[in-house]
Amino acid sequence: MEHLNVFASKLVPGRELFSPGHKACQGCAPALALRYLLKAAGPNTVVANATGCMEIISSAYPDIAWGVPWIHVAFENAAAVASGVESGIKVLQRKGKLAPGKVNVVAIGGDGGTFDIGLQALSGMLERGHDVLYLCYDNEAYMNTGIQRSSGTPMFASTTTSPAGEKVPGQSTGKKDLAAIAAAHNVSYVATANTSYPFDFMAKVDKAFSTSGSKLIHIFAPCPTGWRCQPSDIIKLGRLASQTGLFPLYEYQDGKYTMSEDLPFLKPIEKYLKLQGRYRHLSKEQIEIIQENINQRYEWLQKLSRVSQED
Amino acid sequence: MARRKGVESSIALADAVAMCKVDAISAYPITPQTHIVEHLSEWVNDGELDAEFIPVESEHSAMSAALGTSAVGARTFTATSSQGLALMHEILFIAPAMRLPVVMAVANRSLSGPISIWNDHSDIMAERDIGWIQIFAENGQECFDLTPACFKIAEDKRVILPTILNFDGFIVSHMIEPIEYWEQETFDKFLPEFEPQIRLDVKNPSTMGAVGVPEIYYEARMAQHMALVNSKPVIKEVFAEVSQITGREYKVVESYNMEKAEVALVMMGSLTETAMTAVNNLKAKGIEVGIVRPRLWRPFPTEEFLEVLGDISVIGCVDRAYTFGAASHPVASEVKSVLYTSDKRPQVREYVMGIGGRDVRIEEIEDMFMQLIEVKNTGKDFPIQYIGVRE
Repeated sequence: MEHLNVFASKLVPGRELFSPGHKACQGCAPALALRYLLKAAGPNTVVANATGCMEIISSAYPDIAWGVPWIHVAFENAAAVASGVESGIKVLQRKGKLAPGKVNVVAIGGDGGTFDIGLQALSGMLERGHDVLYLCYDNEAYMNTGIQRSSGTPMFASTTTSPAGEKVPGQSTGKKDLAAIAAAHNVSYVATANTSYPFDFMAKVDKAFSTSGSKLIHIFAPCPTGWRCQPSDIIKLGRLASQTGLFPLYEYQDGKYTMSEDLPFLKPIEKYLKLQGRYRHLSKEQIEIIQENINQRYEWLQKLSRVSQED
Repeated sequence: MARRKGVESSIALADAVAMCKVDAISAYPITPQTHIVEHLSEWVNDGELDAEFIPVESEHSAMSAALGTSAVGARTFTATSSQGLALMHEILFIAPAMRLPVVMAVANRSLSGPISIWNDHSDIMAERDIGWIQIFAENGQECFDLTPACFKIAEDKRVILPTILNFDGFIVSHMIEPIEYWEQETFDKFLPEFEPQIRLDVKNPSTMGAVGVPEIYYEARMAQHMALVNSKPVIKEVFAEVSQITGREYKVVESYNMEKAEVALVMMGSLTETAMTAVNNLKAKGIEVGIVRPRLWRPFPTEEFLEVLGDISVIGCVDRAYTFGAASHPVASEVKSVLYTSDKRPQVREYVMGIGGRDVRIEEIEDMFMQLIEVKNTGKDFPIQYIGVRE
């Protein structure tokens, strides 16, 4: 760890714009996402935050964790608020009422606030092409309200509204493909990221802000409370999620898909599942179904990447 | 000072918004408001107004984006009606809590169901308690004159609250009237630049919309309530200024023939213009009746309302919306509540009319006045009268 400190200090700013002392649970990966986001985005950033864990833990007045201008209005509208923030800055700078200079506008929502209730506002923002980065931190359920399923919850995961029952073994549907939805809006940049790969994530934030127009980063962010795992396992779980192909890291830009790391082989998913209480009920057959889904999707992504690199 | 032209009220209102040099407009189409944002999009796309026009995907996002533009310090306008206002409901409460002085025009329309595009006040009455300043215009000229007034009130450092300008859908919004336009220089002199107290600024970071823990929520709500209550003197001040500029009287409570009236009707919006004809008709027969019209609905101008009532002994409250299952509908409910805490105890009778675009006839209003005179003479009592409804 000491070595990592010395090494990292040369690569990332030491300044913490997302302050320690916030109220996140031990081992909260979404909080890491915010910390890395602001290290990459820097102080010239305005954040519009959806209601959710990250809003609650960071803004209980007067204990504010944010070192940048920050606004929270409601649950489903972070993308619309960010659209307004971006438009307002644009017009005031144009009219000389605000100092010129680049301001990074970020909208932040969890999987519930993005995949479900905020999807319409997100689509509107992406379609209108506001110069905003939408960051979805995906911890795969409504954790703030007590671990209810969202359309970001993976198949068979047990949540408080998709419990592992006698008849139904947890969540009955798979995760919605958020990055593909964003890409379908023909936006300037889309990427998947993972809190266990901070440098990859920060590079993607940089890249997102080097393009103008709407962009989205979908970041995988384990939640020990909701996943019923050890807080000390979240980095390992994040790495396994990408190494198994469960959450592949890739970018979409100019109509091309690029794998961030083309894995020579996929680690089996079982170890990842065994570390989490939400998958404790899985049968061998169910694990095989999950493995099969991962393999199919990963192959499809590889194909997409190959095809789009061809010309 | 001014040019008069024959123009649709919605267009005049949109022109007034443009002449207020708004920075940002978020817009979503809904009948009968749509002409306003259509016309503003022409101002922007013709390059005559330097503003961001955000064509959002819903009214919920229209209000959300408006809070975003206002939070960075942009003068912001939006407009809606009916279902659109209802869809904004959640966000409407947050705007005054965050002290963001957005101005919104609401072309009043009935709420579904059954779905109806026609006029009444059920949309805004469902949003009575959102904490916005709420003003009712009577005609196109008032729509024009009150638009700059709304911005000036909303953005005043002693107020800083979002403001709604109500006007009747179709009956006013689509009516072509001779409307006196102010000159641009009158606007510029009247309305100073918007200087927000707090804005989202990277040079001086602030937090907007933090969590209100139990130790702070109550105080935050109290501060918001006091801000709305305390906005009244500023509203009166701005109305007086508009009166001076235009030569048209703008009070928070208007009256018609109240000096001589034996009985009076209390009503809001364009209905008063029809009722004035009824008052004149009765006057010709030697019968003196009057009208009381609160132009300001929130904060409710209690003192001014009581002053206008004078010593009148019978009033009728006219509602253009239902409060289902309640003892009284919104206007009557408000008036009775105001009277209960005052020394004045005129007899109150209650009416509902003009629901969902149902025509209101002058004779109906004359009959209501005559009924009130009977109340005065005999003390006759009767339940809420639903005028013109078929049984």
